[in-house]
Amino acid sequence: MSAAKANLETLPRTLQVLLALAFLALALFPFVGTDFYVQSAARMMILAIFAMSLDLLLGVTGLVSLGHAAFFGLAGYALAFLTPAGEPASLWWTLPAAVAASALGALVIGFFVVRTHGIYFIMVTMAFAQMVYYLFFDNKSLGGSDGIYVNFKPDAKFFDLDNKLVFYYFTLAMLLAVYAFLRRLLWSPFGRVLAGIRVNEHRMRAMGYGTFGYKLAAFTLAGGLAGLAGYLLAAQSGYVNPELMGFHTSAHAIMMVILGGMGNFAGAIVGAFAFEYLLHWFKDLPQVGAFNLGKHWQLWMGLFIVLVVVFARGGLLGAIERLSRRRGRAAVAKEEERVA
Amino acid sequence: MDLANFLIQLLNSVQYGLLLFMLAAGLTLIFGIMGVVNLAHGSFYMLGAYLAWSLSARTGSFALALIGGSVLAVIFGLILERVLFRHFYHRDHLDQVLLTFGLIYIFEETRSILWGDDVHGVKVPDLLSASVPLTETMSYPVYRLFMSAVCVALAVALYLLISKTRLGMKIRAGAFNRDMTEALGVNIKLIHAIVFAIGVALATVAGMIASPISSVYPNMGAQVLIMCFVVVVIGGIGSVRGAMIAALLVGLVDTFGKVLLPQVAGMLVYMLMAAVLLWKPEGLFKQ
Repeated sequence: MSAAKANLETLPRTLQVLLALAFLALALFPFVGTDFYVQSAARMMILAIFAMSLDLLLGVTGLVSLGHAAFFGLAGYALAFLTPAGEPASLWWTLPAAVAASALGALVIGFFVVRTHGIYFIMVTMAFAQMVYYLFFDNKSLGGSDGIYVNFKPDAKFFDLDNKLVFYYFTLAMLLAVYAFLRRLLWSPFGRVLAGIRVNEHRMRAMGYGTFGYKLAAFTLAGGLAGLAGYLLAAQSGYVNPELMGFHTSAHAIMMVILGGMGNFAGAIVGAFAFEYLLHWFKDLPQVGAFNLGKHWQLWMGLFIVLVVVFARGGLLGAIERLSRRRGRAAVAKEEERVA
Repeated sequence: MDLANFLIQLLNSVQYGLLLFMLAAGLTLIFGIMGVVNLAHGSFYMLGAYLAWSLSARTGSFALALIGGSVLAVIFGLILERVLFRHFYHRDHLDQVLLTFGLIYIFEETRSILWGDDVHGVKVPDLLSASVPLTETMSYPVYRLFMSAVCVALAVALYLLISKTRLGMKIRAGAFNRDMTEALGVNIKLIHAIVFAIGVALATVAGMIASPISSVYPNMGAQVLIMCFVVVVIGGIGSVRGAMIAALLVGLVDTFGKVLLPQVAGMLVYMLMAAVLLWKPEGLFKQ
């Protein structure tokens, strides 16, 4: 598997600067953007958290999960169930509870799936996610195919999440916190073991690491972080439906990670923004004659995905990496020397 | 549950299982021999159903639609293999997942443009529209028996093709050691194209013969794809025999689950999969 290739685990200085500027731009955006675009940007940040949580599995541990949306949706449903009909529930306990629900779901499903490898892992994660999907889809008491409304935004005591600006900055803070946490984790002993599992799991086992436990821990952690994103999305949109956990949501998340470049979390953020932007762009395409281009957005998205897979391996950050590699082989040799 | 009712459910479960086998066999062959995971396999099932609807409306004959649809499916499979899949046999699974996910979107939207988003029904051919009486009040439709017969006939044909013919020998050799087989002068690219076309044709035929009882609707491939994944995981990837046994098992559990334990029926098949994973993580009949 070519997933074994480390992908910009250390971000070059230029990329770090660009990323810092991007965060700054996000912080300043509400001062220039209209309400609609601020809301869209908040949604993109939420999806970026979701994409980063998947990147922990996909790019760091080398586990291709096609069922990550299940945990994204579980936390959203948890918020919906924990919010009483007549008053808001407190953020301070519903957020941890929702994240815990997702992490627990990931722990239970992970117990079965991380013992499989490669293609089995892909199929089994997808199958279990569909199981969760149909559990909610088929049960009227769980909202059924229509989903349920989150009647009130969570009550945060010290700040008002009902205020769109406050929600925006809360989401931005969460995005930064998750990014910082995952970057730190990537270079922690735990993160190094996960990266080792991606590169060569047999060797890690031979060295005495219980890879089952590490993979299960990564799966659970990723599920919990996906839950954080799902909680925020449910709080923002005010309703949850089974599509949140659908197969398309999982596949879109993979596409975000691939589009940005996997294994470094920064790519996942870039990819989430790029993918979401593109999705809107395709959906807003105009009517041409009798043919509504925007209505058939799936066709353009499908073609785009196929083209990316056929021609642009390694994503946006990967393209930059290849450019810089072409610029000077000496720099690469130096980098390899340093790593060795 | 009395005997007649039990018999009906048993026949239903076998029929469902055999239909799943038609889909899972192609999926497991394409993975086992070319190493490609194909999420778009469910789309071929949908394509079959729409072809059956469209061709039988145009020609007025379900039999003609079946024959014409099968020919089109083989041609479609060969083109798809030549243009796209051939280049993905050695790419990693992640790329294959994305490619075939993109294809699902393309197929669904093309279907929407060509045939619209309405639900359609396909009429059961007159010759097969009778029912076999079991008791005074219960009977079993001949068409469902016909479906099972077609599936069994194709399963036997597939078995004979793979284990008794020269082509089957080359297919097995190619699955075992691709480079050595090629070195011995076998045109492995042609073999791969044939296997892919067989897989597409099996799924399309499954969609065509299922269309009169399941009706024809958008996204009909998605749910059946998941069931096929469960079948392939239980049976063991690459094993056609495993796919057959797992498909019948899933058919039994799903059909009787809906009758006996309707509250948890949707979960039972996945629980079966989880149990198999605990017992044998690589499926019952790993190659």
